[in-house]
Amino acid sequence: MSEATRAIEASGLVKTYPGGVRALDGLSFEVEAGTVFGMLGPNGAGKSTTVKILTTLSRPDEGQARVGGFDILRQPDGVRRTIGVVAQRSGVDKEATGRENLRLQGQLFGMGRRDLERRASELLERFGLAEAADRIVRTYSGGMQRRLDIALGLIHGPQILFLDEPTTGLDPEVRTGMWEEISRLASEEGITVLLTTHYLEEADRLARRLVIVDRGRIVAEGEPEQLKGELRGDAISIELQDPESNGRVTHALGGVGEVRDVSVDGRSLRARADDGARAVPIVLQTLEASGVRVASVTVARPSLDDVYLRYTGRTFSQAEQQTPEGHRNEKKEARR
Amino acid sequence: MTAALQHTWYMTVRHLRALFRQPAWVALTLIQPIIWILLYGQLFKRIVQIPGFGAGSYIDFLTPGIVVMTVLFSGGWAGMGLIWDLDNGVIDRFLVTPVSRGALIGGRLVQLGLVAVIQSAILVSLGLALGARYPELLGLVVLVACSVLLGAAFASLSTALAAVVRKEETVIAAVNFVILPLTFLSSVFMAQNLVPGWIRSVARFNPVNWAVVAGREALSATPNWGIVFARAGYLLLFATVCAWLATRAFRAYQRSV
Repeated sequence: MSEATRAIEASGLVKTYPGGVRALDGLSFEVEAGTVFGMLGPNGAGKSTTVKILTTLSRPDEGQARVGGFDILRQPDGVRRTIGVVAQRSGVDKEATGRENLRLQGQLFGMGRRDLERRASELLERFGLAEAADRIVRTYSGGMQRRLDIALGLIHGPQILFLDEPTTGLDPEVRTGMWEEISRLASEEGITVLLTTHYLEEADRLARRLVIVDRGRIVAEGEPEQLKGELRGDAISIELQDPESNGRVTHALGGVGEVRDVSVDGRSLRARADDGARAVPIVLQTLEASGVRVASVTVARPSLDDVYLRYTGRTFSQAEQQTPEGHRNEKKEARR
Repeated sequence: MTAALQHTWYMTVRHLRALFRQPAWVALTLIQPIIWILLYGQLFKRIVQIPGFGAGSYIDFLTPGIVVMTVLFSGGWAGMGLIWDLDNGVIDRFLVTPVSRGALIGGRLVQLGLVAVIQSAILVSLGLALGARYPELLGLVVLVACSVLLGAAFASLSTALAAVVRKEETVIAAVNFVILPLTFLSSVFMAQNLVPGWIRSVARFNPVNWAVVAGREALSATPNWGIVFARAGYLLLFATVCAWLATRAFRAYQRSV
């Protein structure tokens, strides 16, 4: 990537919150202009902290970053003029109408009155808020507030848009609509989008490139297809009738050449195979021979969940559940 | 600089609009001082007959005190608005725009000042209707100006507290446990030469009393402008220090994000 096409470059970002919680532990990445870049990770992985630092809301303890060519520490005002931000938590003024929200946001960017009025109406229309434009935001549904959040981020026509978990908590249909809107931003308007999400599907579908973040570090980086391709072959997941206790499953499958990357967690067994359809009967036979009873089997093309498992040793849902005490702090910070 | 002023005005408009959309709240903030004037004005009507009180009628005496007290309380509650904005993520949204940082606090103070003028006008009209008489309009202007300075100072303190603790309960407690006693340790209700010596001593260092004394003096038939200017000067200094504290507290918030 050349200097000119790099919209965001972050190197060695470290952030420790009071109490010694290390939210970021040396994060570096680059985002190509005009593309959607995904940051995928469970809650508390450091995604929101990264967004806060890159948008100049928060300062890193170490490391540096440039956004739109501006240094986040030395030229914060330049960064702020270049970016639009949709935070994880809605930032709409609930006591004002949708249009008033947009108007004030545009005024802060020094937009002229006519330009601003036109742009506000256009965005209200585009995000399906035209009818509700002059209603107090308090009366909006969650999805409407979220769409207004995005409109606020776009009012001044930013080059770079930060979307911090834009679809969390939205209904599936609303989410699909939002996805279309997000991909259009990059493809038609050439806006660079940094999108954080903890939905694997969302990153897979929207991001040209993505990083997987875990505990403040990047554990994998690449295009979604490439990351999945690295896993070579199909994912086999088997549900056992009884939880594994003495390692006999791993032991038994150790001798089967058709599968690799065998991992067992309680009743759930995962493995990879170049040809899933051929491997499954062999695996089942082997398990039966060792006296292990199987409840169900599925074979799937690799998903980002598998990528996550491979790089972090945990499944995504596990990571969400066992968010360590310290890492939960990021959410708490965000809520305050 | 012009951007800072413009942004402050945008924020002022935002706060004013939010306030006037809650007419019940506007009414509520006025009902209490109106009750003070009506009730206390009657209750202590004959207090002026105590030798040495030094005022012609109690309503003359009480009205400026209530004006100061009302603006003071509005200022005290200012931190609540900041907490709501912090809780709703509005402040964080503004902080990632090129908004002038000072406007985020300045807008609140300007709104407070404008509201204070309206509140004062209503209360003074009520006082006049109940028989208060003041020789010069200038005196009323001084009274309102001193009240606004005092209100701005306490609004800054309240905002500073809000930025640091970020809890509504703490702001409520501070208003009740600091502002109310400060009111009673001043000459809002009672002439200073009739209160115990220790209260008089405390009152000398009480900003609430500076505002009341300056306002009342400016309203008297023959104002001693030396007294007025000295108190107004203290108030200006105090408000400046408080505003500085508020910006410091706000920076501390930004660092903690």
